[in-house]
Amino acid sequence: MTNKNVTRRGVIRTGAATGAGLALPTIFTGAAWSQGFTNEPTGDTVTLGFNVPQTGPYADEGADELRAFQLAVEHLNGEGDGGMLQTFSEKNLDGTGILGKRVEFVTGDTQTKSDAARASARSMIEKDGAVMISGGSSSGVAVAVQALCQEAGIIFMAGLTHSNDTTGKDRKANGFRHFFNSYMSGAALAPILAAQYGDNRKAYHLTADYNWGYTTEEAVRSSTEALGWETVAAVKTPLTQTDFSSYIAPVLGSGADVLVLNHYGGNMVNSLTNAVQFGLRQQEANGMPFEIVVPLYSELMARGAGENIAGILGSQNWDWKLENQLGAKYSGTNAFVQSFGEKYGFPPSQAAHTCYVQTLLYADAVTRAGSFQPCAVVEALEGFEFDGLGNGPTLYRAEDHQCFKDVVVVRGKENPENEFDLVEIVEVTPVEQVTYAPDHPQFAGGALGTCNNGA
Amino acid sequence: MTDQTIQTISRDPAPTAPAHRAKARESTVLGLTRKDLTLLIVVAILTVFAPFILNPFPADSALAQFNAGYPDLMQRFVIFGIFAIGFNILFGLTGYLSFGHAAFLGVGSFAGVWMFKLLGMNVLYAIVASVAFAGLFSVVVGFVSLRRSGIYFSILTLAFAQMSFALAYSVLTPITGGETGLQLAKTDPRIFGQSIADDGNIPVPSFFGLEMRDSTTLYMGGWEFTLNVGYYLCAVVMLVAFYVAIRIFRSPFAMMLRAVKSNQQRMNYTGLNPKPYMLAAFVISGMYAGLAGGLMVSMDPLAGAERMQWTASGEVVLMTILGGAGTLIGPVLGAGFIKYFENIFSKINQATLEGWFSVFPDGLSDLLVTLVYPFVGKGWHLTLGILFMLVVIFLPGGLVQGGQKLATVFRRDKNANAVEGPAADQRSQAGE
Repeated sequence: MTNKNVTRRGVIRTGAATGAGLALPTIFTGAAWSQGFTNEPTGDTVTLGFNVPQTGPYADEGADELRAFQLAVEHLNGEGDGGMLQTFSEKNLDGTGILGKRVEFVTGDTQTKSDAARASARSMIEKDGAVMISGGSSSGVAVAVQALCQEAGIIFMAGLTHSNDTTGKDRKANGFRHFFNSYMSGAALAPILAAQYGDNRKAYHLTADYNWGYTTEEAVRSSTEALGWETVAAVKTPLTQTDFSSYIAPVLGSGADVLVLNHYGGNMVNSLTNAVQFGLRQQEANGMPFEIVVPLYSELMARGAGENIAGILGSQNWDWKLENQLGAKYSGTNAFVQSFGEKYGFPPSQAAHTCYVQTLLYADAVTRAGSFQPCAVVEALEGFEFDGLGNGPTLYRAEDHQCFKDVVVVRGKENPENEFDLVEIVEVTPVEQVTYAPDHPQFAGGALGTCNNGA
Repeated sequence: MTDQTIQTISRDPAPTAPAHRAKARESTVLGLTRKDLTLLIVVAILTVFAPFILNPFPADSALAQFNAGYPDLMQRFVIFGIFAIGFNILFGLTGYLSFGHAAFLGVGSFAGVWMFKLLGMNVLYAIVASVAFAGLFSVVVGFVSLRRSGIYFSILTLAFAQMSFALAYSVLTPITGGETGLQLAKTDPRIFGQSIADDGNIPVPSFFGLEMRDSTTLYMGGWEFTLNVGYYLCAVVMLVAFYVAIRIFRSPFAMMLRAVKSNQQRMNYTGLNPKPYMLAAFVISGMYAGLAGGLMVSMDPLAGAERMQWTASGEVVLMTILGGAGTLIGPVLGAGFIKYFENIFSKINQATLEGWFSVFPDGLSDLLVTLVYPFVGKGWHLTLGILFMLVVIFLPGGLVQGGQKLATVFRRDKNANAVEGPAADQRSQAGE
C-alpha cells in the first residue's frame, strides 16, 4: 500500500513538473521578445564573436586571424596607433568603440568542422550575446556559419573563404565577404599563365575533394581553357591526405605539362613538396619545361613549403608589400603592416588582413547606419564603395555581398631574403578583369533572401 | 547481483523469476519499481529545472563563464544523453563495444534534414524519419558486424562508420552536402509546408507552430534564465527515451543480453541462440542514436559529415564509461560531463585567465597563467583525458560509482542499498 501511495504521488509530481516546464516557454513567448533584434546591445559595451580554427589543418591561419581581430578591436577602442582608421576613406570611426560602446569580443574554435563551428557560433550568440560573428578559415565552415547567422538574425562578416559558393549558391542576406573567390583567382591567373607559359599547355589538376576544391578547379579550368589550354585530367584527393606521391606519380606519363594544385593549407604544402621532390620542375614535357601552379596562395603556406615554393605562380587577395611596391593606390597596407608588426613582430598574412578589414567595415557600417540592427547594417554595406583599406578602391556589391577589388598575382621568390619575404608580386590584375555578373554560371542557384533581424 | 547471474543460467528467466520480484512488479506505476520511479522523477526534475540549475552564477559576475544554462548546450546535454542511453543498451548490457555508433547518429541527421527539405519544417517528420532510417541502417550494419564478437565486432563497426563518413564526405555529396554539410535551401519543395517563410527566409523547425528557436529569458535579480522551446522538446523526448531504457533494463530481454555478456558460450550450450537478441539490442541502440541525430537537426537544421567520424563514435564510448556503463543514469551524466568540458572549458582563453589571476602580483600571475593555460582553452582535451584516466583507475563503475561511494560515506551505513551498484559492479568485474 505504502508503495502505491508514494508512486502515485510521484507520478503526479512528475506530471505537474513536466507540464509546468512545457507550459512555461509558451506562456512567455512573444511577451519577452520586446527587443528589436537579436542581442541588441543595451549596456555600454558591444560583443563581437570571432570564430576561427584554433586546432586542425588551418590552425595557423586561425591564429593569424585572431591576432588581426584583437588589433582591430584595439584600434576601434582607441588603443594603439589606429592602423587603417587613418587611411580608411570613411572617417566615422574615432576610437570610441562602435556608436560609443566599447568593443569586447569572444573567441571560439571552429576546428575546421561545420558542426563544431556552428556549435561555437551558437554559444556566442546565445551565451555571450554576440551581435556580429566573423572568422572562418574554410569555405565549408563559412557557409555553415553564414546560414546560422541568417537564421539567428546576426551579421556574418566572412573571414578567409575562397569558394564561389559563399557568395554564390549559398549567399545569404546577413553575410558579407571581403575576400576574393575562386572565379577571381582563375580570371586573374589565366592571362598571366598564358603569357608566361604559352597558350598551348596541357594541364593536370589535383583537387582537394571538397566544395572549395571543386569551385577552384572549375574556375581555373574554364579560364585557362578559354585561352587555349587543354585539361588532361582532374583528380580528386582526400582532404585528410598527407602523402601525395601516389597522385603525383601518374602526372608525368599523362602527357600534361602543367600541374595545377587546387589545394590549400597543409594539403598544398604536402602536395607541392611531393611534386618538387619528384623532380617535376626539372622535367620537360611536350618540349616545354614542366610547370606547377597553385591558384590560391598564402604567405603561411609559402612558409610551410619552404624553398619548394620558388618560382610557383598563384593568386592572393592582398600582400603586405603592395603599397611599397605598387604605390599609394593600395594605401592602408603600410599602416596595417606597421601596427601589426609592432604588436606581433612579423608582417600579417592575407587572412589577417581580410579579418581586420571586415571588422572595421562592420564597425563603420554600424556607425553610418546609426544602429546595430542587422537590416540597417546590411543596407549600409550593400553597394558600399570604399578605399584606403589596402586593396585600392573596392565595392561591396549589393547583389551578392561580394567585394570587388584588384587581385594580386604572385610568385614564390627564388632567393628570399628572410622568412617573411617569400613571395614576389608579379602583377596586379585590375578589378574590371575579375568582375562577373551576379548570375554567372559558377555562382548560379543562390538567392540572398531578405535580411533577418532575428527575434 | 547474484540472483541475476542465477537467472541468466536458467533457460526461461521470466517464469522462474523470484517471487518477490514478481510481486514488486505488480505494485508499480508505469511498470516501474519504486526505486526506478524515484530515479525517473529525479531525472525529470533535473531536466525540467536545468535552465535554473545550470545557471548558478549571476550573468555579470566573473563566474558566469561557468554557466551552462544556454539553449545550445542544454540541448546538447539531453541529445547526447539520449545517444549515450542508447549506446548503453548495447554496451552496458551485452558488453559488445560498438565503435561506429556515430554513423547512426549521422544517418539520422541526414534523414532529418531531408525531411525538412522534402516534407516540411515540423520536427515530427525529422524525428520519425531519423529513427526509422537509423534503424534500417543498423539492421544492415548489425547483421554483418554481429557475426563476430569482441575486438572483431568493434573493428567491423568502426570500419562501417568510417566508410559512411568517407562516403558522406565525398562520393555521396549530392545526398549529404559533402564538406559543407547538408543545408536547407529556399528552393526545397517542402510539400507539406512553405518553401519560403513569410519573411522571405528559410522557415525554421517547429513543432506544430512552436518554433524550436523560441526562448524566453527570465530576469531575476542578477540572474538570467533562458527557457527554450527546443530544449523542452528534447527534454521530453529524453525522458521518454530514459523511461523506455528503464523498462528495457528491467525486462526479460535485458536478462538475455546480460547472459550474453556474462557467458555467451554457456548460453549457446543451453540451447539459446543469442543472435536475434543481439541484433535487436543493436538496432534499438542504433535507433536511439538516430533519434539523437534527428533531434540535433531539429535544433539546428544542418548535418555535417563530421558527426559520423570515428572521434564522434569514440566520444559516446567515453561518455558511457565515464558515467558508468551498465547503469541507467551513468551515460546521461557522462554525456553532460563531456559536453560541459567541450563547451565551457574550451572557451577559457588566455585573456580570461589573466583576468582571474590579475589579483596576484605580476610574476605569480604570469606563472599561474602559464601553469593553468595548457589545461583550458585548446587544451581542454588534456583535462578531460586526465579526469577520464582518474575515473577509470579509481572508479571503474564511473561517476555513478563515485556518487554511491559518497552516499555511503554520508549515510555511515556501509551496507546501504546502492541505487545501481549491481550493474556497475557487474561491469567492472566482467572486465571486458
